[in-house]
Amino acid sequence: MAYSEKVIDHYQNPRNIGTLDKESKAVGTGLVGAPECGDVMRLQIEVDDATGLIKDAKFKTFGCGSAIASSSLATEWLKGKSIESAMEIDNMEIVEELALPPVKIHCSVLAEDAIKMAINDYRVKQGLEPIVDDKKHY
Amino acid sequence: MNFPIYLDNNSTTPMDPRVLEAMLPYFNEKFGNAASRNHSFGWSAEEAVDYSREQVARLIGSTSKEIIFTSGATEANNLAIKGVYEMYGSQGNHMITVTTEHKATLDACKKVEKMGGEVTYLSPSEDGLINLTDLEAAITDKTILITVMYGNNEIGVVQDIKGISAIAKKNGILFHTDATQAVGKIPVDVNEDGIDLLSFTAHKMYGPKGVGALYVRRKNPRVKVTSQMDGGGHERGMRSGTLNVPGIVGFGKACEICQNEMADEAIRLSTMRDRLEKELLTIEEAYVNGNAEHRLPHVANISFKFVEGEGLMMGTKDIAVSSGSACTSASLEPSYVLKSLGLDDELAHSSLRFGLGRFTTDEEIDFAINHVKEAVHKLREMSPLWEMFKDGIDLKSIEWAEH
Repeated sequence: MAYSEKVIDHYQNPRNIGTLDKESKAVGTGLVGAPECGDVMRLQIEVDDATGLIKDAKFKTFGCGSAIASSSLATEWLKGKSIESAMEIDNMEIVEELALPPVKIHCSVLAEDAIKMAINDYRVKQGLEPIVDDKKHY
Repeated sequence: MNFPIYLDNNSTTPMDPRVLEAMLPYFNEKFGNAASRNHSFGWSAEEAVDYSREQVARLIGSTSKEIIFTSGATEANNLAIKGVYEMYGSQGNHMITVTTEHKATLDACKKVEKMGGEVTYLSPSEDGLINLTDLEAAITDKTILITVMYGNNEIGVVQDIKGISAIAKKNGILFHTDATQAVGKIPVDVNEDGIDLLSFTAHKMYGPKGVGALYVRRKNPRVKVTSQMDGGGHERGMRSGTLNVPGIVGFGKACEICQNEMADEAIRLSTMRDRLEKELLTIEEAYVNGNAEHRLPHVANISFKFVEGEGLMMGTKDIAVSSGSACTSASLEPSYVLKSLGLDDELAHSSLRFGLGRFTTDEEIDFAINHVKEAVHKLREMSPLWEMFKDGIDLKSIEWAEH
């Protein structure tokens, strides 16, 4: 199966690899997937206290090219977004942008889950309720 | 060097130019049907098939009458397993095999179970070898066949074939081996090894795809299998269908070349393989899968912990290898062979299989070593698991959100 050019680009030039201080109150961390499944994504956001906008996003991913590309793309999209609009990122947008084939849709689902988990981690640190996501994938 | 470098010779091999040359006349010039007895077109095709049958038989130490040409090893495995079940059903309905066999064997055994047979699937020890005591313990008075592959396609482990065949013989049970990866790579002799039925194929030994054979012993004991393809009664009635003459000619030539060059080739390949392996094992947290001593000369299967196999293959796009990871399949299940060795799913996902071949050069191995080292390094830099490992976090202590 051939990868799309965009997947290859993100794989070869991943955006925003790295680690934010997960103890910081301004940082939310999402860790999803499992080593046994061959996919683990860690996505972090740092929120600007004054504006409430995401000022930085970092990721590290263990997984196939599509998983790496999905998380790399997610960090790109997250930067500058408000928490509310970040919550609205849908996995199918990632599928479309990266032209992921059906067998790789789970990579985009993981990225969406990681975003939401990172946001909720941040919200809990801020003393807010986590947002319950009842969206059904597929 | 031409890119990508082909290091997936367990999957298939390129044809040797000498094989292609031998085959060419049999497509148009000498196109006859080997079963046509009434004219010279048929006679010359038959003569070519007879000659090739000798070449093929010689490589495994059999007589030419014991070679049944098939479309490949999958068909040969099916013919052996289902054919024995049908032929010897009155003597028993039990067979023994191993969990690390090729799907062609496992699925044929599943079919036998559907037809009312019983199959015992032995688990190998963690180095891939089966325990002969387990084998003996699995035998019942209903056992009619033991089928164990000679050399494994994923990890290259070579089973104790003589030990297995001795047990089969002692108990009056037929012994079949899928020798697809072994024939032409290491010495295989049906008499010395005590083999009753043996499957192999041309395209793993620099011959064409679409042709293989089943060796069926004719003496001590005389073995018969029920045909799985009915028709004109070709191949002593065990496999009907017009013979693939150019394919068979190529198969014969490929066998002859292997016979002449195998000894030197095995040394050359194992020297290169060992160098590749030694260099790649200098990478931290890299492990060889399977027994390193009882192994085919051209195979190395290595897990690089904390990087995922398919991601790694994408990073090593200048070499063509295969991975035990199954990220491409909907099931997300990693290699069942590696799992049978007791490997964690995680390590199975992190494996690469290197299959060297006749046309692999030292220069290509040098390139592959650096290419893999760089890719592992790059992917670990972006692996959260590697970071956790480096921070001393036990990955087993984490509650993963499985999906």
